[in-house]
Amino acid sequence: MNFILKIWRQKNAQTKGSFKTYLLKDVSPEMSFLEMLDYLNKQIIGNGGEPVTFEHDCREGICGSCGLYINGRPHGPMRNTTTCELHMREFNDGDSIVIEPWRARAFPVIKDLVVDRSSFERIMHAGGFISVNTGSAPESNSNPVSKTIADKAFDAATCIGCGACVAACKNSSAMLYAAAKIAQYAMIPQGKVEAKERVDKMVKQMDAEGFGFCSNTYSCEFDCPKGISVDFIALMNREFFSSKVCKQKQT
Amino acid sequence: MKKSVINLSSISQKYVMALAGIFLMLFLIFHLATNLLMLAGDGGKAFGAAVEFLTGNPAIKLMEYVLFAGFLIHILLGVLLEWHNYRARPVKYHKSMRSETSTFSRFMIHTGIIILIFLIIHFMNFFFVRLGLVAIPEEPGIVVRDEHDFFSMAVIWFKNPLYSAIYIVSFVFLAFHLKHAFQSAFQSLGLNHTKYTPAIKVIGTIYAIAISVGFAIIPIYFYFFYVP
Ligand code: HEM
Ligand code: FES
Repeated sequence: MNFILKIWRQKNAQTKGSFKTYLLKDVSPEMSFLEMLDYLNKQIIGNGGEPVTFEHDCREGICGSCGLYINGRPHGPMRNTTTCELHMREFNDGDSIVIEPWRARAFPVIKDLVVDRSSFERIMHAGGFISVNTGSAPESNSNPVSKTIADKAFDAATCIGCGACVAACKNSSAMLYAAAKIAQYAMIPQGKVEAKERVDKMVKQMDAEGFGFCSNTYSCEFDCPKGISVDFIALMNREFFSSKVCKQKQT
Repeated sequence: MKKSVINLSSISQKYVMALAGIFLMLFLIFHLATNLLMLAGDGGKAFGAAVEFLTGNPAIKLMEYVLFAGFLIHILLGVLLEWHNYRARPVKYHKSMRSETSTFSRFMIHTGIIILIFLIIHFMNFFFVRLGLVAIPEEPGIVVRDEHDFFSMAVIWFKNPLYSAIYIVSFVFLAFHLKHAFQSAFQSLGLNHTKYTPAIKVIGTIYAIAISVGFAIIPIYFYFFYVP
């Protein structure tokens, strides 16, 4: 397959970037999107050029590092699929493909297609943990949590922190990410103890990072490679409200 | 990073907007019910009585101030929120395909501003007349008794095709605003439930259509069917 690739090139955070067009021939339909970029880079390096920098690690959809904005959609045209799981067979021969980094004030570009997502880390540092050691997995019946709730908490925990929600949102809002990270603790007994404090701190950090507000457009849910539900945003809003209204003095 | 002119968290700001919005949506029901009395076919007697009752009632007077505050808060927070969201993406995408989700949610500020323009016209034509800030409209053949005679004023305005058209178009945009707004307010308040949310969405659509159609039939009635 042949493709016309229009890729964002930017030397570093200080310089202004621009699009560069590449013609890539003989791409196998079995290649993943990242393999296709590897293939491109091999040719660029062969010609003595600077390869396209992009982030990747696991290449199996669990680490969340490979986010690219492909043809106007985070992680490309397939739903519930990360860039590394996307294959070239999903495109048509001769397609032109636009590849951009995530765009958000809170995700500044470091180089080419790589953005700095440490704003997400700082939201986690603000409260995305349980302060005491909860030990190893307890006897399965000793924790009073229903299967429905445990499953829901697990659904929230499948968030890989890739940032597609921010990239998809017209407001660059991180509400889906923060909601998933808050919900995964708020629903289970170990996490409930600190729930109020946690939501307060994490939302404060999210706001401080300069993400946008939520317009309830729900494009985050649509474009999330893990299909995280916006129900968690409502849950976070509830938690936040109760943290404000029923605030308890911390000793 | 300075996040906004007002010192509210993102979620609190949406909470307040949603509460103000819900108040405005309740007000619309009330206002529509009153206005529909104009269609009673009694030359505005029932409607006039309702207006007289409302303007003379101190509780309603108080509600007028609350209503003003509701509008002001909703509009102010809406504009600030749009501004904040605009700045959250300094470099825009070159190619952006809209995910197939809620269309109207993308145009809340636009439909909102159209509603605001309508509100200004609306105030000039009715509320400010009552306050004596704007002269009572005159039209040969139609007698406006005093600054409380909204029925006769409405007859004058709605006999004007341009005015009626602007009025109806404004309500189409209000329907767009409400279509998204109704369910959005519940989500913002955290009122989401697998069982009830689908129903809330349906009710929101029905509400948006009912309110807009309800208001829009009044100029249609006066323009085509009413004989002074
Ligand atoms: C009778 C008139 C109006 C009613 C009943 C109404 C109602 C609502 C409601 C219920 C919401 C949803 C709030 C939420 O998402 O939590 C909303 C959103 C919004 N309204 Fe209004 N509104 C009215 C007029 C206006 C006006 C005049 C403006 C002027 C700028 C405006 C601007 C907005 C904006 C920008 C949003 C979207 C907020 C967002 O993107 O998150 N509205 N409206
Ligand atoms: S590289 Fe790990 S999720 Fe794609």
